[in-house]
Amino acid sequence: MTTAVVTFPGSNCDRDCVHAVGDALGAPVARSWHKDHELPTGTTSVILPGGFSYGDYLRCGAMAALSPIMAAVKRFADAGGPVLGICNGFQILCEARLLPGALLRNHDGLFHCQDVELEVTAGGIGLLAPFDRRQRIVLPIAHGEGNYTADEATLDRLEAEGRVAFRYLARDAAGNGAVNGARRGIAGLLGGPCNNVVGLMPHPERRSGAHLHGSDGLLLLRGLVAAGANLGEARA
Amino acid sequence: MKTAVARLKDTDLTAVEHAREMGLDDAEFARAQQVLGRVPNKVELGCFAAMWSEHCSYKSSRTHLRRLPTTGPRVLVGPGENAGVVDVGEGWAVAFKVESHNHPSYIEPYQGAATGVGGILRDVFTMGARPIAAMNLLRFGRPEHPKTPALLSGVVKGIGGYGNCFGVPTVYSSTDFDARYDGNILVNAFALGVLRSDAIWKGTASGVGNPVMYVGAKTGRDGIHGATMASDSFSEGEEQDRPTVQVGDPFKEKLLMEACMALFAAAPESGGLLVGIQDMGAAGLTSSSFEMASRAGSGVRIDLDRVPTRERGMSAYELMLSESQERMLLVAKRGCEEAVRAIFATWDLDCVVIGAVTDDGMVRLVKGGAEVGVLPARALADDAPRYQRPTAAAPAEGEPRAPLGRVGPTVRAHVTSPSLAPKSWIYRQYDREVGAGTLLDGTRAPAALVRIPGTHRAVAMALCCVGRWCSADPREGARRAVIEGVLRTSCVGALPIGATDCLNYGNPRVPEVMGSFVEGVEGIREACLALDVPVVSGNVSLYNATDDRAIHPTPAVGVVGLVEDFRPALPRDAQTGDTVALLGWPAQGTSLDLGRVRRLAELVRELRVAGAHVDAQPVLEGGLSAALVELARRAGTGLFANLPAGTDVTDALLSEDGVGAVVVVPPDRLQLVHERAQRAEVPLEVLGALGGHQVAVAQQGTQGGAPLFEWDTEALFAELEAVVPRIAQGARP
Repeated sequence: MTTAVVTFPGSNCDRDCVHAVGDALGAPVARSWHKDHELPTGTTSVILPGGFSYGDYLRCGAMAALSPIMAAVKRFADAGGPVLGICNGFQILCEARLLPGALLRNHDGLFHCQDVELEVTAGGIGLLAPFDRRQRIVLPIAHGEGNYTADEATLDRLEAEGRVAFRYLARDAAGNGAVNGARRGIAGLLGGPCNNVVGLMPHPERRSGAHLHGSDGLLLLRGLVAAGANLGEARA
Repeated sequence: MKTAVARLKDTDLTAVEHAREMGLDDAEFARAQQVLGRVPNKVELGCFAAMWSEHCSYKSSRTHLRRLPTTGPRVLVGPGENAGVVDVGEGWAVAFKVESHNHPSYIEPYQGAATGVGGILRDVFTMGARPIAAMNLLRFGRPEHPKTPALLSGVVKGIGGYGNCFGVPTVYSSTDFDARYDGNILVNAFALGVLRSDAIWKGTASGVGNPVMYVGAKTGRDGIHGATMASDSFSEGEEQDRPTVQVGDPFKEKLLMEACMALFAAAPESGGLLVGIQDMGAAGLTSSSFEMASRAGSGVRIDLDRVPTRERGMSAYELMLSESQERMLLVAKRGCEEAVRAIFATWDLDCVVIGAVTDDGMVRLVKGGAEVGVLPARALADDAPRYQRPTAAAPAEGEPRAPLGRVGPTVRAHVTSPSLAPKSWIYRQYDREVGAGTLLDGTRAPAALVRIPGTHRAVAMALCCVGRWCSADPREGARRAVIEGVLRTSCVGALPIGATDCLNYGNPRVPEVMGSFVEGVEGIREACLALDVPVVSGNVSLYNATDDRAIHPTPAVGVVGLVEDFRPALPRDAQTGDTVALLGWPAQGTSLDLGRVRRLAELVRELRVAGAHVDAQPVLEGGLSAALVELARRAGTGLFANLPAGTDVTDALLSEDGVGAVVVVPPDRLQLVHERAQRAEVPLEVLGALGGHQVAVAQQGTQGGAPLFEWDTEALFAELEAVVPRIAQGARP
């Protein structure tokens, strides 16, 4: 039972995720390299960390989505394996079509590093099991391109299917995220055959324990690891 | 000087005219001739000009910098290397340095600031240290100046663009606006990295026959002669100088850093693969090769045809002087070339043997099979010219104080001024938490506090200087830069263990400017000696002047402190009901007493480590009123303060001439604070408490104790937060 943290060239939160899972949660963790064709043996959950994979060349996450390891991640996700994409990892999941829509430049053109209040809209489901439905939490964001968008039909479908995982509580007059312009305030999504894929812009690994200004993030990582453990038992 | 390279191409200047164009004066040209025993060719002249520029040689400042205290029991590496290194215990050390990128940032704010960050990060990871924190000190012109909005926006975006992508948290920023920086902004970048204290790498080219290797990005024509540009004053319209500004690629640098970390850690059983390593920063291949050879007392032979290039037909001159970013020069152990190359190949980076270490003390440049330049390493590097320039006392420039009106409006205008207003708009554009080790940043505390990964140790840091104090008194202003850094880091519970300085001044050929510089160094020396803080690295930036109008003398001082166990120092955040108390000597006179500073610093540190205060702010720039407003804003609550009777209230709120700190104390720790303050013989005055929806100040026995002013916090905080965005948008105040 292992959580694999993927490192792409330009990933810069990979070590933080390894630390949060390995040290703060005390769960087994392994590292995976973008040129690998398989996930490490015994992988029961995967984290695509934040950063600037491939320097954000072309579009955020576009190059990473085509890397060898992502083929393995797709197979894993399609088989119901829990996958968590954080920030750039969320962008990669969208580019890899594991989640719908895209993340555009923030509406004001600026990078935003700040705490945001979130609603765990789909709390209780899958990886989000440790949260109550609509539980309010605080996590930090740090991104220049977190302005989630998709066509109206897709947005309606996501809402109808209960796949909006996280929403920014602060919204503008049009109902978009006040901080970055994200449509309908969407900060994170559920996807995969059994809601086993989660992508979100905020950084749970940065709120993973004492002295890091809160531990709301640790709950999400715990949910990921637990979902992986269940999967492992189901397979065994 | 403006378009030196272009002019060289299309005219047939004599060698001495070439030399002048490149920034060498006639005496230096004569000295160059003497060194070689012949007239230097153009490539050689370019090397002399770069190496003997103020930027590389510190020729005007070196004799004075020697006066700074640079040693101490914790100092592992002092000035002279890429960065200073200080021991922080448990086998760990930190490497840090601050450096200026003022001129390029004025010409091209985004790229200038971005490559400033890139350069200082390389200086730190070259030592073997993984960067864990960055800071900056920015000085812009007056808010109304037509260039200020674009410079502010561009510089901040450039710093964030580079640091965020590279993955270093930018945890502290000092930003100010002043007409004296209208034509010469300051962009000083600081970086700090962590390393094992027994695994420090240096820039040395030793071992005859060892391969000289080039790693990182390819060389282009950008930034040629940037070092000499940084050693000249501007005249109006010179911002056309754009081709000399480098372009940064933080993604490439991230890969380069990871590859270097892998290289440092490789083959431990055989003592590693590496002999020495140096960043190709200012003056690129020239400074790195000459300095590495000079330090080792060796020579190097470089085959310029092997240098990876991204443009065709680059001349020897261009290859030697390009300041293309994200490149390193390293000397590997003979026979380890393949192992080194394999590490860089993992990260898809170029790694090429371009030469070898020799024993004749010469740098030999080969192109097309022929030697195109032969120069003695030492004469250009360590034995560069040194000047004792004439000094004169600078006339003291006091800021004429506006006549004070009623207390409330006067203080409100004061605390909402651009200098004192919060810099949240700037901080938000910096990723302050990547690394997940940021315990406190500049938005939460008077200094940043960053964890040493895997330990309960943490390093505190702040970067400080108030330029107008230095115009009023260059020595006292410099002392106060050190004092501010020491008090800020002590407030978060840290023991100051080292400093780095970035000395920004005008034209050193102007005796009054040189006089201010020498006084500034003296001020840093006095304060560092009295407060036990060795200066382990630094940088000098001169010629910050436009048409003879110089900046405020601005000796920026970065102070680094150590918290041996951060857990008790971070019991909880400040909250409603906490007591607000003033420690120290509020009205002390214009020359601050260093003995009192030391006692106060020790006391606030001791109290913090005991968990006896949960936030604190030194009373310096902006006086007591600025400290009170800042503490209320950070806590997100109101604050009530009742000043002691008998003092002039406006003075008490605005005076900057005291040694003091305001502390926020949980009620159950107040007794402890009383006892410790009494034992330390530091005056303590309980002023009031946090809470409510107003920032209110009263004075005992005045107006029957009714508040002199009370401000609604919601409106106050909104007004404060609007100041900097309004400047960035170019809106008239």
